[in-house]
Amino acid sequence: MTKLVMTEEETMLADIARGYLDGAMPVSKLREMRDAGSTQDAATWKEMADMGWAGVLVPESAGGSDMGFAAANVIAHEMGKTLAVSPFLSSAVIAATALRQVSDARAQSALAKIASGEATYALAVDEGIKFNPESAQMDARGDGNGFRLNGKKQFVVDGAMADRLLVLARTSDGLTLFDIPVDRAGIDREKSNMIDARDVARITFEDVEATGEDVLGAVDSAMDVLRPALQAGQAALAAEMAGLSAGAFAMTVEYLKERKQFGVEIGKFQALQHRAAHLWCEIEVTSSAILNAGRMLDEDPENAELAVSLAKARATETAILAVQEGLQMHGGIGMTDAFDMGFYMKRARVSAEWLGDYSYHAEKVANTRGF
Amino acid sequence: MTLNPIDEFRAELRAWLNENCPEEMRDGLMSEEGICWGGKDWVFTSEAQKIWLGRCASKGYTVPTWPVEYGGAGLSREQEKVFGEEMALINARSPLESFGIWMLGPALLHFGSHEQKLQYLPPVARGEVRWCQGYSEPGAGSDLANVQTHGADQGDHWLVNGQKIWTSYADKADWIFALVRTDRDAPKHKGISFLLMSMDDAGVETRPIKMISGISPFCETFFTDVKVPKEQIVGTENRGWDVAKYLLTHEREMISGGGAGLSGGGRALGAVINDTMDEMGATLRADAMRCEVDTLAIGLTLERYKDQSEAGQGAGDASAMLKYMGTELNKQRHELMMTAGGSNALEWDGPLGNRAGDWLRTKANSIEGGTSEVMLSIVSRRVLGLPG
Repeated sequence: MTKLVMTEEETMLADIARGYLDGAMPVSKLREMRDAGSTQDAATWKEMADMGWAGVLVPESAGGSDMGFAAANVIAHEMGKTLAVSPFLSSAVIAATALRQVSDARAQSALAKIASGEATYALAVDEGIKFNPESAQMDARGDGNGFRLNGKKQFVVDGAMADRLLVLARTSDGLTLFDIPVDRAGIDREKSNMIDARDVARITFEDVEATGEDVLGAVDSAMDVLRPALQAGQAALAAEMAGLSAGAFAMTVEYLKERKQFGVEIGKFQALQHRAAHLWCEIEVTSSAILNAGRMLDEDPENAELAVSLAKARATETAILAVQEGLQMHGGIGMTDAFDMGFYMKRARVSAEWLGDYSYHAEKVANTRGF
Repeated sequence: MTLNPIDEFRAELRAWLNENCPEEMRDGLMSEEGICWGGKDWVFTSEAQKIWLGRCASKGYTVPTWPVEYGGAGLSREQEKVFGEEMALINARSPLESFGIWMLGPALLHFGSHEQKLQYLPPVARGEVRWCQGYSEPGAGSDLANVQTHGADQGDHWLVNGQKIWTSYADKADWIFALVRTDRDAPKHKGISFLLMSMDDAGVETRPIKMISGISPFCETFFTDVKVPKEQIVGTENRGWDVAKYLLTHEREMISGGGAGLSGGGRALGAVINDTMDEMGATLRADAMRCEVDTLAIGLTLERYKDQSEAGQGAGDASAMLKYMGTELNKQRHELMMTAGGSNALEWDGPLGNRAGDWLRTKANSIEGGTSEVMLSIVSRRVLGLPG
């Protein structure tokens, strides 16, 4: 396996991403969008697509840059540092990976649209309060040559802005993944008022018609297509959360060096030094798990589950710690909306839940390790 | 068919191990009793242990990465990895463990003269001389640079007087490497020398300290007018702190490796928890899962830092981080092992062997080689740049 060191290409990609995102997507951009009531920004996504990010996992034959999972993680990590909002995870990582499992012409053309930024996707899996795809109950019973979808999905990230949905539903003999446009009759989207201002929807499906054409992969075999897509998404989300942790941490260390109380910089106090140092250690350990997950997805995807769940579990714990410690060390100012730490805290909580929380992934780790 | 060099190395090594590792040495035992420490007074616990040491030493496999001329096998890191894998494959015991291998070797290889390397290293590699470490003193624990053991300059030798503490296995060692103050007027970090002394010298006395785990691996060591020839210094006079710091890094990496379960304890946790699941319930399992997640992540971090330093990207002060995270985790793991063992774990040499002793031993992990608090202060100062 490629070593657990950032390659020269990866370091370069990170630098380019950082340079771009500092201008295009600083935290203040998220604040502006939140205040304006929408976090959609099609123009910025077009720019990202032009840089090859939307097609990061799309084959070159379909117009993608095909840089691989580790590279996708690098981009997600940089996005996380400044809480950039974009369809990157839903479209460029999750949907692209799902579509890549299918080799027909329709999938090829869908991939091309993702790479160009022309089409965005959202993944509609959750029905209850927790991520648990295998237990999806949404009904997709056969109807003539097609299917009729009935049921409700929630926590569909990017669900209000996306052009298309990947919908997981129960067919006669298992789960099936459907790829359908949002404007199909019977689909009703209600935008959720998320704590982190992200685009999330609750979606109701009432007698939504789907044909065999709309099925991604084989009927009753959704997981063949969905599992790799989820793993890619979980790894990239973990990377984004690691970036978030690094962003919150950098802000905190800076504050420790500036803020004075009792006549000295508060960073002189050992109680705070040790809290900060411990947090750094946790961030370092988590970054190893992220790097490993990217390598495994690129080089041994069949056996990547442990690495991915380890990354998401660690990233979740670390991000929650980073924002809590960050807020505490900022004192009262950290509690104000005018300060950015609250944005980090809210995003960390939402990301902790998305695609499986700590318990979900720790269970996966324990199962693979023979508990 | 031709093999690439590393596969060829693996094939040869595998054949050699199959041929030469005695059956009794294939139990992977790393408990205190199973270790071969070597030394001139060493009593082999079995004929197989003796044969295994002899055969490994003749190939340089007791210290696989040391240069051949100093008793090693001159393996590259890639070959060393293969060596570890092949040893693990047949569950082979380590032929020899010692402070000479872990600590003195790296110090001499980095700071010693060619003559010193030739003189001191091959006997270590052959398991003929056993070393101990004289660092801490009653008044120099976390403040290690405050050592007061004094070496008075007598022209061709130093006259050493003072006391060391926590000298592991000093009562069984043949030689000691020690931090000795050779300039009392210099700032504390700049008046220390790294000296080598024979434990047989007149004026050296050791006394074992009984620890909470019931055994006495640590000693107090006293020096009274001990003559140390000038050629028995490693590095430059009064620059011993450089050697000490270099070695501390090694020690920390070693201790953190144990914490990450690379020495075998980690694999046991899942099995132990499964055995007792019915009686223990969900909370223990949840705690063990958390511990497993962290164990794997720290293991990967050790791997990452090795890869980084090999790629020439300095690991910097990462050893402090690894030491802190690894030892705290190891303590936690042994707490879980105790809980999983229930009342069976509470007896000395009870149904679970020495589990209680092992548990108590781990409590020193976050103290020895620099406390967790010292590690955090190092990170805070050197990595985060917070004001001192």
